[in-house]
Amino acid sequence: MSAPLIEMRGITKTFGALKANEAVDLSVAPGEILGLLGENGAGKTTLMNVLFGAYAPDAGEILIQGRPVRITSSADALAAGIGMVHQHFHLAPRLTVLENLLIGIPGKSGRIDRTGGLARLAEISSQHGLTLDPDLPVSALSVGEQQRLEIVKALFRGARLLILDEPTAVLAPSEVEGLFSALRSMAAQGLGIIFISHKLNEVRALTHRCTVLRHGRVAGRVDDPANTTSAAMAQLMCGHEIVPPARGPSVPGAGVLTLDGISTSRHSGTALRDVSLAVRAGEILGIAGVSGNGQRALAEVISGVRAPDAGRMTIAGQTVSRFSPREVQALGLGRIPEDRMTTGLVTNLPLADSMVLPRIGTSAFSARGLLKPDAIRAFAEEQIKAYDIRCPGPMTRAGALSGGNLQKALLARELAFDPKVLIVSQPTRGLDIGAARFIHEKFLDMRAKGCGIIVIGEDMEELLVLCDRIAVMYEGRIAGTLDSADATVARLGLLMTGAEGHG
Amino acid sequence: MFRLEVRTSTPAWFNLALPLLAIAATLILCSGLIALAGAGVLESYGVMFTASLGDSYAITETLVRAAPMIFTGLAVAVAFRAKFWNIGAEGQLLAGAVASCFVGAIPMPGPLAMLLMALAGAAAGAAVALVPATLRVKFKVDDVVSSLLLNSVIYYALMALIEGPWKDSFSGYPISPPIEDSANFPVLIEGTRLHLGVVAALVAAPLIWFLIVRTTLGFRIRVTGENPEAARYGGIHVERVLISTALLSGALAGLAGVGEVGGVHFQVMSDISPGYGYSGIVVAMLARLNPLGVVPAAIFLAAVMTGAEAMSRATGVPAFLSDVIQGTALLAMLVALLFTAYRIRRVGAIG
Ligand SMILES: Nc1ncnc2c1ncn2[C@@H]1O[C@H](COP(=O)(O)OP(=O)(O)OP(=O)(O)O)[C@@H](O)[C@H]1O
Ligand SMILES: [Mg+2]
Repeated sequence: MSAPLIEMRGITKTFGALKANEAVDLSVAPGEILGLLGENGAGKTTLMNVLFGAYAPDAGEILIQGRPVRITSSADALAAGIGMVHQHFHLAPRLTVLENLLIGIPGKSGRIDRTGGLARLAEISSQHGLTLDPDLPVSALSVGEQQRLEIVKALFRGARLLILDEPTAVLAPSEVEGLFSALRSMAAQGLGIIFISHKLNEVRALTHRCTVLRHGRVAGRVDDPANTTSAAMAQLMCGHEIVPPARGPSVPGAGVLTLDGISTSRHSGTALRDVSLAVRAGEILGIAGVSGNGQRALAEVISGVRAPDAGRMTIAGQTVSRFSPREVQALGLGRIPEDRMTTGLVTNLPLADSMVLPRIGTSAFSARGLLKPDAIRAFAEEQIKAYDIRCPGPMTRAGALSGGNLQKALLARELAFDPKVLIVSQPTRGLDIGAARFIHEKFLDMRAKGCGIIVIGEDMEELLVLCDRIAVMYEGRIAGTLDSADATVARLGLLMTGAEGHG
Repeated sequence: MFRLEVRTSTPAWFNLALPLLAIAATLILCSGLIALAGAGVLESYGVMFTASLGDSYAITETLVRAAPMIFTGLAVAVAFRAKFWNIGAEGQLLAGAVASCFVGAIPMPGPLAMLLMALAGAAAGAAVALVPATLRVKFKVDDVVSSLLLNSVIYYALMALIEGPWKDSFSGYPISPPIEDSANFPVLIEGTRLHLGVVAALVAAPLIWFLIVRTTLGFRIRVTGENPEAARYGGIHVERVLISTALLSGALAGLAGVGEVGGVHFQVMSDISPGYGYSGIVVAMLARLNPLGVVPAAIFLAAVMTGAEAMSRATGVPAFLSDVIQGTALLAMLVALLFTAYRIRRVGAIG
C-alpha cells in the first residue's frame, strides 16, 4: 500500500503507576480499515485519545503523511484531519442535526451558513448512504442515527482519518450492516479508518489489517483478518486459548417466574401487550428481538419498577402484588441491568457501597438503622477475590473500574444471595471474549444450581449458545418461542420481523 | 502550555488541602482591596486575627457567631448530599427563631422551656423545608428556585409579625416581646456570651457525621444524591429519602434560629440573622459537605465576621469586606473543587 496516512511511533502513556500504553507503534494507510483489538483495559481507548489529542503521551511521536505533528487538543486533531466517534456521543441534544454540524464552523460574516451546510450534508449523505434529516433535533434521533451524525460531523470537518471506538456496541445487529457499508465506501475514497470492537466476526468481515494490544503493548498484528480464525485472534488478545463453555442438558423444575397476560400502558417506548412467559428452575430463557419492541418495559415490570395495567406475575410461586424493587428482591429476584452505570452502580461512591446497595436494609449489612461497616467491607473484599475483580480495593470509586470489572461486580452482588430468578439484559455488551466467557460460565453454574435465568439480548449467537429456549418479542408481544435445539438465526430472524410463529 | 485532564481518583489529603488553598487564595485576593482602601494588608489581617482569635474572650465571641453557621452549614451539607438543593436555610432559620420565641415567651420551668423551644424551632424549620421538597417530589418544581424564593416569603411574614401583633406597643420598635428570663440559655463561662446553644452546635456536627456515614438513612441519602436511578432500582424509596432529608435539613436550620433567640438576642427582630442561612452554603462547600468539616469552616467565617468589624474600627477598611471575603471564599472553593475532577498537566513536546 501507499505511504501511511498516520503513524504513531513508540507511544507510551502512563496513569500513575499504570502503563496504559507502552511503546506502541501503529499505522494506517489511505483507504485502509485498521482493526484495533485487545482485552478490556488493554489500552485501546487510551491510545486513540492520545491520537485525538485528549491525552498527552509521555513518550513517542505522531506523524501525518510522514511529517511529525503535535496534537495537544481535539481542535489540533480536527485540523490535522483526524475525527473520532467516541462511545459516548458528544452532541447537543436540543439543537438540530444541521446546527450540530455547524457548531464551531465559522460562517459568513458571523452568520450561520445554512445553505452551504445543507449542500455539504446532502453531498456526504449521498456519497456514503448516511441519510439524516437536517431539521430534526438530536434528542429525537435513535442511537444509530446519533452515531451516523457523529460520523457525518467528522467528515464535515474534513477528516481523513476516522476513529470509531466500539461503534457496534450500541447498534442493533440490523444497523451494523449499514454502518459497515458506509465505512467501506469511505475507505474506497481514500479515508483511513481505525475500528475498535470486541466482536471478532465483525472485525474479520470489515477490516483489512489488525493491530492487537495486550497490557498496553502491541501483542501482534494480523495481516489478513478475513482468513484468520476468531480463535487465533482471541489467543493473540488474551495470550491463551478461549474455549466456549459447553451447555449440558438441563432438567428444568417448576416455574420460578411466570408472567400471565401482562400488559402495560404506553409510557416511554413500546408497551407490553398480553405477555405470558414462564421461566423454570434450572433453565435459561432468552428474549430475542430488535430492540425497542418492548424489552425495556418487560425488564422494568420484572424488576418491579413499573406496575403492569393488567396481568399477573409470580416469583417462586408467590404473586407479586406491589411491584416495587424491594418486593421482587425479597421474593428472590436478582437483576443485572443493561446500563451498568445508570441503573446499576453508583459511580462516585466506593465500590463496596454499590455492591451492598440492594440489600443494605437486610440484617447482613445493617441492624436497627445502623450500618455494619466491617461486614460491608468484608463482603466486598470477599467478592472482589472470588470474582477476580481488578481494582485497588473495596473503597475504590466504582466509576474507575473497567466495563468488564463492573459487570463482574454486578454479577457478584446478585449471585452472592442465591437468587431464584435472575433477569439479565445484554450481559456481555462491551466485554472482551475472556470476560464474556467468564460471565457465561457463571450463568451456566447458576442454571445447574436450579436458578431460572431470563436473558434479554440482541446478539443471537450469544443467545443460541446460552439459552434453552428463546422467545422473540415483536411490537410488545411474544411472537413465538423456540427450543434452542430447533432455533436458528434464520428462524429467529423471521419471528423478529413479525412473521407469525408457533412454538 | 498547561491543560486539564480528567482524574479517576482524588487523593485523600485533598479534603484538607483544598479548603486551605481556597482560604489562602481568598486572603491574597482580598488583600488587594485592603490596599486599595489605603490600609496595611498585614496590619489589617493582624487586627482581624487578634480580634477574632487573639484571646479567650475573642474566641468565645467567634464561637457564638459560629454556632448558627454550624447549624446552617450542617443543614446545607445534609441536603446537598442528597442533591436536595436547599438554598432556604435562611428562611428556615427565621421560622425556627419565630417559633422558639413564641414558646419561650410562655412562662414555664426553664429546662422545659428550652427543650420545647428547640423542638418548636426544629419543627418550624422542617415544615418550611418540606414545601420545596414536596413541590419537587410531587410536581418536579426546581428546588433551588422554590427554596430560595421562600426565604423572602418567610422574611416578610416575620416583618408583618413584628410590625403588627408583636410590635412593642410601649417603645414602638418593630421587635418581638422578649422570652422569659428562665428560658434564656445558660451562659457557660462567666463574663462571656458562650451559651448552651454553642455546645449543642458543636455536638450536632459529629452526630450528623455519624448519621451520614454510619446509618442506613445516611447511606440512602448518599446513594440517592449520587445516582437516584440506581437507588430506585436498588429498592430505595427515593421520594421518601428526599422528604426525610428536607425535614432533617430544615430542622437543623431551624435550630440555628433557636440558638439566636435563646442564647443571643432573647427576642426576634428583623436583623436577627445577618445572612447565616446563606453563609451556611459557603460553610458547607468549604467543608466539602463533610459534617465534621463544617465546624472549622463555620469558625473561619465567624472569625472573618468578628475580625472585619474590629479591622474596620482600627484601620478604616469598611466592614463589609467580610462579605467580600465570604463570597470570594465560595468562588475560590468552587474553583478548587475543579481539581477533584481534573488535574493540571504540562503538555510536553511531542515529536
Ligand atoms: N484517566 C485515566 N486515569 C487512570 N487510569 C486510566 C484512565 N483511563 C484509562 N485508565 C486505565 O488504563 C487502562 C487502559 O484503559 P483503556 O480505556 O484504554 O482500555 P480499553 O482497551 O479501551 O478497554 P475497553 O475494551 O474496556 O474499552 C485501564 O487499566 C484503565 O483502567
Ligand atoms: Mg475502550
